[in-house]
Amino acid sequence: MTKIHVTTTINGEPEEFLCDPNETMLDALRNRLGLTGAKEGCATGDCGACSITLDGTLVCACLMLAAESDGHEITTIEGMAEGENLHPLQTKFLESAALQCGICTPGFLIAAKALLDENPDPTETEVRFWLAGNLCRCTGYDKIIRAVMDTAAEMREAAQ
Amino acid sequence: MTNIQYLAPATLDEAVRAFAAAEGAARILAGGTDLLVQMQSGFAKPGMIVDVKKIPELMAIEETAGGGFIVGAAVSGATLERHPTFGKIWPGALEALNLIGSTQVQGRASFGGNLCNGSPAADSVPGLVAAGATVTIQGPNGRRELAVEDVPAGPGKTNLAPGEIAVSFTFPAHPAHSGDAYLRMIPRTEMDIAVVGCGVFLTMDGETCTAARVALGAVAPTVRRVPDAEAALIGSHLDDAALETAAAACRAACNPIDDKRGTIAYRTSVAGVLLKRTVAIAAERAAQA
Repeated sequence: MTKIHVTTTINGEPEEFLCDPNETMLDALRNRLGLTGAKEGCATGDCGACSITLDGTLVCACLMLAAESDGHEITTIEGMAEGENLHPLQTKFLESAALQCGICTPGFLIAAKALLDENPDPTETEVRFWLAGNLCRCTGYDKIIRAVMDTAAEMREAAQ
Repeated sequence: MTNIQYLAPATLDEAVRAFAAAEGAARILAGGTDLLVQMQSGFAKPGMIVDVKKIPELMAIEETAGGGFIVGAAVSGATLERHPTFGKIWPGALEALNLIGSTQVQGRASFGGNLCNGSPAADSVPGLVAAGATVTIQGPNGRRELAVEDVPAGPGKTNLAPGEIAVSFTFPAHPAHSGDAYLRMIPRTEMDIAVVGCGVFLTMDGETCTAARVALGAVAPTVRRVPDAEAALIGSHLDDAALETAAAACRAACNPIDDKRGTIAYRTSVAGVLLKRTVAIAAERAAQA
């Protein structure tokens, strides 16, 4: 199969790779670029474990072809912390034990950050609907929702 | 894996040429939220994928005179949501598109993909039909325009000819005192497929309804426009008797399946309930518009 040459930006850095025409973005991230933070849960867009952003919009990496990233900007969980400094959402998830096994966590963090980037003051209902496409089989969601709400409150305070 | 080609042409002519030349072996890629799932499961095995998102016309949103719009067939729900005026003028069509799947799916899913995938339960299709939208199609024999309700031909089937691509959706001018709305019934609160979907567009003159369009999804092999329900609403004050006549017309228009999400009797009954609720929202919006 003829490989496709892709030139893209991942977490702010220019990136080039070769991929198969039908290869998903998730497979390219994990198997070609060594970015294994995005997880494969369902591979059908139901679980959100592979959440990334494409030009700032939240998408599932499993529902996107790697070739489609050509000329666009991707962010993954690997780009969330600034060096050693965790993003406030990451810190809060750790502090409030908003995870157990952790496989859904990168997806929740990327999705929650996309929400707070767009809406710094969401209601609990808005958080729950926004995160409806991220499944967690451990926590029962309450700790995750509370962590997002608390982070949002702290980030609003810090911004003042 | 058989040989597969990925093309992302920058012009519509190029896309149509490649799509037509592949003679049915090609699939159009808009948001990919159906196509990639179908490829993953082995249900779709395209020899060629034609990504239409580099074609400017399929990605454009243009406001036309009097609250009309031309929305590119591959514009995502998230992009349309961010548009400064579309959702204010056509909230029903927008909420129909953005009831599909999760936030992640809405980041990619489009009117064009939802219509051309051919699901009887496609949420945005009754919204488009209620809005009176038409779809512009381009194929090897040129351009044509179809009413959205004339596109679905059955589960997974459309009336698009081989090689034809949905280009854009035209929303008509939005008359004063008009409003649209879409509601769907699902067994849970989010992330499910419609048991019944109902789109309504109303124009009011004071208390009197002067124009109405009603469309039902998920209750027949294709979206159903319900002229008898529209006739019951037009000329009425949206009083209980008129609403009940319209609801009965909606129940009569149902020809649903029995499945795990709902029985025939349940879907039929819910169609009448949703009609009344959707009319109430559309009427409230019309009063404010």
